[in-house]
This record gives sequence, structure tokens and C-alpha cells, in this order.
Amino acid sequence: MSTLFGVILPYAAIAIFILGILYKVVKWGRSAVPFRIPTTCAQAETLPWIKRKPHEKLDNPSNNLAMVGRMLLEVLIFRSLWRNTRAEIKADKQKLIYSGSKFLWLFGLLFHWSLLVILIRHCRLFFEPVPWILDVVENIDGMFEIVIPTLYLTDIIILLAVTYLFFRRVVFSQMRYISLLADYFALLLIGGVAVTGVCLRIFFHTDVEAVKELAMSVLRFSPEVPEQSISWLFYLHLAMVCTLLAYFPFSKLMHAAGIFFSPTRNMANTNRVKRHVNPWDYPVKVHPYHEYEEEFHDKMEQAGLPLEKE
Amino acid sequence: MMYDTGKIVAGIIIFLAIFSVPFWYSQVTGDAEEVPNLDPALESLKAEGKQCVESVDYMRAKHMDLLNTWRDDVVRGADREYVSEEYGVTYDKSLTDTCLEQCHTNKSDFCDQCHTYVNVEPGCWECHNIVGE
Repeated sequence: MSTLFGVILPYAAIAIFILGILYKVVKWGRSAVPFRIPTTCAQAETLPWIKRKPHEKLDNPSNNLAMVGRMLLEVLIFRSLWRNTRAEIKADKQKLIYSGSKFLWLFGLLFHWSLLVILIRHCRLFFEPVPWILDVVENIDGMFEIVIPTLYLTDIIILLAVTYLFFRRVVFSQMRYISLLADYFALLLIGGVAVTGVCLRIFFHTDVEAVKELAMSVLRFSPEVPEQSISWLFYLHLAMVCTLLAYFPFSKLMHAAGIFFSPTRNMANTNRVKRHVNPWDYPVKVHPYHEYEEEFHDKMEQAGLPLEKE
Repeated sequence: MMYDTGKIVAGIIIFLAIFSVPFWYSQVTGDAEEVPNLDPALESLKAEGKQCVESVDYMRAKHMDLLNTWRDDVVRGADREYVSEEYGVTYDKSLTDTCLEQCHTNKSDFCDQCHTYVNVEPGCWECHNIVGE
């Protein structure tokens, strides 16, 4: 059983993860690239006397450098989610009101950054010797030293965030209407990983040293399950992580790579600055008026039609 | 046929480079097969006919829980007697007097072996003296 869950499953999951991502990315790369989408926010670069503020240059970039800036804003602080709005009919005002809704942005941001810090923290089980930078991350994350072993801030944050993201889909009727099994599954899976992880960390300790021995042996491609016993809760945690890895390339989680393929993010808006010729234009056979008049000159003259050339 | 092949290949290379770090890092540092070595410390204790307060498997996974309970019992409840669940023997609830003085006298041969390996820094040593240090 430990060989299945500790060795075979992780290898299979990692293989599916990498091959799946390569497959998806290549597949996306083969699909046609659309024309630059001008309907981005902020003023596009146009006539020289229409001045643009720095943030407008980032929101509606006209060169590749600014486009990279927009992509960084998107990846690091979810710029476009900041524009999230909520439409509702207020009973007392009797009209449809659009208002900004920043909770999705806030909890999305907290969720993703916590996930990253947690991922970095786990590297202590994959690196020997452990690089000093991991100590820094761990010490900041566990700065309050609540309970022993230290409770990490990101553990609390990710549990809060994943709970919000889940109940957002359950509580708001519009969200519930558009939510599918895949939306709930991803959240519950990551929530399950987080809950089992926190349980292993705080409540039900297992032999971490044996866990690292197992992880290191898998990483150096000579897997051995250590003699010391590792608890079933750890294997549950690991099995859910493996499920997540294998599920990743074929699910909405691929937005991690997909963000770089978003035409509204990765193409500078040069629609007005540069001339873009339709790439599939072919030489069209045209028949301009002066040729037409030449061809039918005599007939037109007989019929008394006005001619430009006598 | 792929569009923007150069950029996509660059992205794939960056992804693979980051993802593969755990696979080669320890090979580069040369510590890929490094494991904590408790054998010398444990052999000499066995030779002296000593056993721990609880079973080895339990201690490996949960010694911090035991010490934590001991601390709370002693500091908050003045309860200093621990009866081993495994062996029924009574011990003094004390990290320094029981664990460190009687058996695990060499921190670097015992405690540090695993603590360094899994990168944990217990706060114990901030108060408890190490024998011979």
C-alpha cells in the first residue's frame, strides 16, 4: 500500500502533470492568433496630442515592454479582477445598480499567494541541504509562534480564502447557477489538501523525517519506502496532491498557463499606431470604372450615357 | 504548426527548469542520499540496556507532543510524574533531567540529526541547557 501511494501514484501524477501541460500548451500554440483586441481598458495610443497617464500605458500597452508590465500586473496582483463588478436591483431604488465587488479579487489574491508560500515551504522536504531562503520564508510565515509547532499564517489564510471561494458559489444565486461540478471539485480538492496538511502539521503528527526520506528517494529516482511507519493521513494528503497534479492539465486550473495565452493580455494594442495588413489577404481581381468605361465605351455612347472620356 | 513558437518554447523551458529543480538540486549539492544517522547514538544506549519512555515509532513521530504536554503539566499543573503508556514505568517530566541528562547527552549526534534534515528549529534549546555545552 505504501508503495502504491508513496511511489507509484506520485510518479504517475508527475508524469501526467508534465506531459499534460506540454500537450495543452502545444495544442493552444497551434490555434490561430486573433487580431489584436482593441477593447482593453484605458485610452489607446493614438494622436500625439492625446496624452496618456502611466497607468493607462500599462492598462492599454502600445509596445511589448508595457505589455509585459500588464502581464506582470495580471499574474502578480490580478489586475483584471480588480474590475470585477456586481449587478443587482436595489429594492428601495428600483433600478439596476452596478457596483464594484473586490472580495473575489481579495480572496483570490490571498488564496494564490498562500498557495505559493505553502509550496515554497514544502521544499524543505525536497531539498538537501535546505537553502537558507526557506528559513526566511518559514520564519516570516510563522512569525507569531502560536502553538507548537508554529501555526503558519498562510495555513489560516488559505483555509479562510478557500472557504470564501467555495461559499461564494453556494450562497449567491447567480454564482450557483453558473457553477459546475468542475468548479466545486477544484475548490474541494485544494481545500482537502489544505485541511489534511494543517491536521498533519498541528494535530496528528507523523514521522516527518521518514516522509523526507521517502520524498528524497522518489526525487533521485531510486524510490524506497522507509521502514519507519508513516501515517495514513499523510498518504491521504499525498494522494490528494497527486490527484490535483494529474487533474491540473485537463481542468480550469490550467489558467496558470492559459493566462499567458490570453489575447487581451499578451498583445500590445497597436491597432492605430501601426498598419496591420490582413495576413490572409489575396490579390483580388478588380474592375475599376475607367476600365469598365473602356470596355463598354461604344455601347454606352450609343445608349447616350454620359462618359468621362470622349 | 505553432504560432509564436519561440515565445512558447521559452515559456516551456522556464516551466521545466523551475519544476525540475527538486530533482537535480540535491544531486548537485551531493547530498541526495544523505539521511540522518541515529545508529551510533541508539546502539550505545541499547548496549547500556536503556529504553525510551515510549516506543521508538511513537517517539519518532510525536516526541514534540509529549514534551509539549509535559511542559504544560509541569508549568501549569505542577504535575511531575509521567507513567509510560508502553512500559508502565514512572519518569520525571523533564527534558533536561530525564531525556538529555540520562540518555541523549549529545545533541548533535541525536536531536540535530533529524532536526537539521527536515529543517526544524525547536525552541527547546532557548531555555534547556545542553549537557557539555
